[in-house]
Amino acid sequence: MTNHVSENSPKPVSIGQDAWKVFRRNKAASAGLVVLTTILLISALGPTLYGVDAYSMVAAPFIPPGTDSTVILGTDFLGRDIAAGLIVGGQATLLVGSAAALVTVIIGVLVGATAGFYGGNVDEVLMRFTEFFQVLPALLFAMVLIALFSPSLLTVTFAIGVVAWPQTARLTRAEFMKIKQLEYVTAARSIASTDRRIMWMVILPNALPPLIVSATLVVGVAILFEAGLSFLGLGDPNVMSWGLMIGANRPYILDAWWTVTFPGISIFLTVLSVSLIGDGLNDAFNPKLRER
Amino acid sequence: MLQPNEAPVLEVDDIDVEFLTSTGVARVLNKVSFSLQKGKTLGIVGESGSGKSMTALAIMGLVPQPPGRVVGGRILLDGEDLLCASVDRVRQMRGDDISMIFQEPMTSLNPVFTVGEQIAEVFRYHRKTNKIEAMEQAVEMLRAVGISNPNKRSKNYPHELSGGMRQRVMIAMALSCNPKVLIADEPTTALDVTVQAQIFDLIEDLQKETETTVILITHDMGVIAEMAHRVAVMYAGRIVEEGSVDQILSAPSHPYTVGLIGCVPQLDLDPTEERPPLVEIRGIVPSLIELGVGCAFAPRCDHAIDKCRTAIPPYFEVGSNHRSACWLLETGDRNDD
Repeated sequence: MTNHVSENSPKPVSIGQDAWKVFRRNKAASAGLVVLTTILLISALGPTLYGVDAYSMVAAPFIPPGTDSTVILGTDFLGRDIAAGLIVGGQATLLVGSAAALVTVIIGVLVGATAGFYGGNVDEVLMRFTEFFQVLPALLFAMVLIALFSPSLLTVTFAIGVVAWPQTARLTRAEFMKIKQLEYVTAARSIASTDRRIMWMVILPNALPPLIVSATLVVGVAILFEAGLSFLGLGDPNVMSWGLMIGANRPYILDAWWTVTFPGISIFLTVLSVSLIGDGLNDAFNPKLRER
Repeated sequence: MLQPNEAPVLEVDDIDVEFLTSTGVARVLNKVSFSLQKGKTLGIVGESGSGKSMTALAIMGLVPQPPGRVVGGRILLDGEDLLCASVDRVRQMRGDDISMIFQEPMTSLNPVFTVGEQIAEVFRYHRKTNKIEAMEQAVEMLRAVGISNPNKRSKNYPHELSGGMRQRVMIAMALSCNPKVLIADEPTTALDVTVQAQIFDLIEDLQKETETTVILITHDMGVIAEMAHRVAVMYAGRIVEEGSVDQILSAPSHPYTVGLIGCVPQLDLDPTEERPPLVEIRGIVPSLIELGVGCAFAPRCDHAIDKCRTAIPPYFEVGSNHRSACWLLETGDRNDD
């Protein structure tokens, strides 16, 4: 049979291409991808194109949206342009969100992979350590960490990463425990691979699908965290972010709804689109939904 | 066929492997010994759970521990004791001096890398070849194992290949560094009969070319007859009979071996005449935790005598290089009806 492979058998399709097809079939996820891409583009290119300084007072305070054509979305209590704030603030929010997710994934994968791969006492110790972090109220713990150091983008990122990793660690551990006993791992050992190679070259690539899905969700969580911390005044006070805008304008919420509504919508849209993308990725990595 | 003056490539000496379970200690390998000359094939037969695969894993140093533990014995590859060698040394030898083909080609290949990458990996690890050269060698290996259009196939993922092709890929991987010993653990159990024949032909051809020593693990006596030079019959973690393929097939001396051979349907009998019914070995393989004092096979043996239930039989020489662990051979008063 082996010698009868026809020359015109279907062109090898990589798993990536298949996954992309399935992802596109998920309408909500595709919409999420479009929205997120738009938000990313606006944050990246907006400041140069829009050209209004988000930190300076450009008009009278509390101008409602749509009444002044120079400040379309209105101004806040200091007379700063809300639209400019959204554009610049998106940078900090997205940056902190994704960087914190990265920190989360790195810590979580390292701890989870080691625990799941070695098992036994290593697993016991690492999992008790993980549980220690897991039982602390996350927001409170993050607040304590930020209060200990001064609030800056770096400390906020670090704090979110430190409180959010246990879930990723648990997921990674479970995946490693499952995959390490599969036959191809034994087969990989039989052709000589060090533990390190087995962990990162054999098991991790196979554990990636659920990890990528969970990482996207972590991005959403991290963005919410950043917004929450900024709202409480624990974000970097010198850097405009959506959470900071909501927090700063909180006293005027009844008189000037637009000052908090637009940043709120921005956060909502970003987290929603990230979640939808996570959902789509979940489909994309599900082999049962993959068809030719 | 066997030249006793030639030093064996592989010598397995009194290997004991235990598994700690919640209900007790299971001795999955019990003083397993055999030796193999260069270029020869040893067939290991036995039922599921008789320790065939564990023997393979013990030689590869892949006994899962915990719960498993190699308690004693020696495994000499060209005189070097694998059980005393350092972890690094064993790792270096695996896939290079000694390699293994697994039972399930469907699950033994890493699903996220192309087969070419996986074979190339062996060269990169053992021969420190650069990426491009390793890939070229991988394609050569695919050609050597009879895969047509190897260049294109090397870019395929395992799920895009048929079972037979995947097993060929496994063989290519196992043989890429010209190992001294190749262990094939039921390499065709998961494949069609027609593919099975192709795979065995392939292994035999490659073996002739490279003078590799092969350990073939199977439960199929037909395969043994075709492939093996020597045969070891395992039961409950112990080799109960060992001899040349002719001795085992034409003059089996252990009741268990007789039973195994009797279990194989004979296609060469005249279909118009009445054929003898297939013989079955009654009962099941005993739990390795509750092995009694006597011969492990005694409860299932039609010829068992009192002594079988009270003492473990030692090996008796029943011919040149043919040994069998059965009390009936001590007195020679065995009845074969």
